[in-house]
Amino acid sequence: MPSHDHNYDVLVIGGGPAGLAAAVSAKQAGARVAIADDNPGLGGQIWRGEERKPSSPEASEWLRRVRAAQPEFISGARVYDQPEAGCLRAETFDGVLELRYQKLILATGARERFLPFPGWTLPGVAGAGGLQALVKSGLPIEDKKVVIAGTGPLLLAVAAYLRKRGANVLIIAEQAPTSRLLAFGLSLWRSPAKIFQALQLKRELLGISHLTNCWPVAAHGDERLQGVTLRRGQKTWDVACDYLACGFHLVPSVELATFFGCDLRDGVVQVNEWQQTTVAGIYCAGESTGIGGLELSLVEGQIAGFAATAQLEKARALFAERRQQQQFAAQLNHTFALREELKHLPQPDTIICRCEDVSFAQMQEYTAWRAAKLQTRCGMGPCQGRICGAAVEVLLGWQVESVRPPVYPVNVGNLIHRANQGNH
Amino acid sequence: MPESITLTVNGHSVSVPEGSTVATAVSLSGATTFRRSVTNEPRAPLCGMGICFECRVTINGHAHARSCQIVCRAGMEVRTDA
Repeated sequence: MPSHDHNYDVLVIGGGPAGLAAAVSAKQAGARVAIADDNPGLGGQIWRGEERKPSSPEASEWLRRVRAAQPEFISGARVYDQPEAGCLRAETFDGVLELRYQKLILATGARERFLPFPGWTLPGVAGAGGLQALVKSGLPIEDKKVVIAGTGPLLLAVAAYLRKRGANVLIIAEQAPTSRLLAFGLSLWRSPAKIFQALQLKRELLGISHLTNCWPVAAHGDERLQGVTLRRGQKTWDVACDYLACGFHLVPSVELATFFGCDLRDGVVQVNEWQQTTVAGIYCAGESTGIGGLELSLVEGQIAGFAATAQLEKARALFAERRQQQQFAAQLNHTFALREELKHLPQPDTIICRCEDVSFAQMQEYTAWRAAKLQTRCGMGPCQGRICGAAVEVLLGWQVESVRPPVYPVNVGNLIHRANQGNH
Repeated sequence: MPESITLTVNGHSVSVPEGSTVATAVSLSGATTFRRSVTNEPRAPLCGMGICFECRVTINGHAHARSCQIVCRAGMEVRTDA
């Protein structure tokens, strides 16, 4: 079984920007540090593939710091249970690991919010970040016609990336109103670095039609996507495309924090000034404490890493920067708030739960998530409600809760094997 | 150039650059459907990050493997449920 002892002073779950910053900072105290991540490489979602194909100077700089600090990296490891305090179980392609820790830093990040509309289950319809991730992992996109839709700054970054990789990006459809985007743009004057990023992005997107007040109402195709219907005001029209990359901003991934008993408010993990959760010894940093973007994730990660290793003055020195980044985050979330019309996109027969193929009409028969789950099996497939849960929060205003071990689906053989070991 | 790795998808040989995910290999094999849903709809990757499970395939006889999170190894036998 475990070839060596997985015993750490600080265990970081998640190898995105917050996790990397936390690990590097904790290492400065000479602590024994490991990063465990479900992904095959470091970088999380935003810096996926940066180890193999560097494109962001900031990512390269942080990855260089990680290489210098040398935390252990446990890749392809998905944490699914905590058999006892200070011990986690994670499943890898090759079996189960037990990871022991003194302090735990959760940097589990966020995922895209997907909103259902007719045809959204067709092959060829993917997340915006989703399609980017697939292309980063090798999916050929050259000369493919792509429509990007949904909301949030991610859409622009994805458009620039896909175009660089040879895609024919036809349209970016942003649901937010023009007025909010303008106000957001004006607010950037306080942050010259962000203005520079915005201008650079604008150059990279020249010639792509960027429509505000615009959203997808249906995707078409038989066995595969052939086109999408877009709406803007009273006008609807069809666009033929090979891929629809569609995401409606981000949802914090809080399953592990919930599982460990950390308090949440409005769907985000509550932390104190040291990024410590309401559970002693468990810290949280990055998007799981609220969607705030890369820079906030980095500063929160550093504070968590310093605080978890009693380097309190170093942590305190970053409080002002965190405050500034939090203001930007608040503007971001106001700008890209979801419009009412999106709640009316699903038709009665539109699938909401993709794992169990539960339709909108079936779900509308219930008034709460738990009842719908028990009666229709929505949210009980392998994604455990991670996709449809975030959708029904918006569509039906439901509170989606309940996390139980295994936090992720686990091979039954691995569960049985561990249960038997526990009896010895 | 990275090394190339050869594996099979539904019995057909596919070569991918080292570091590619199994989802990439499935796409390069020409398959557009990764799995059939419980009502027999065609499905393919949605999230690209291991959360939605729409990309699941059978790898070396292990069912329900998330092809978007698993890196190709030489000789892998991948089957879609299409």
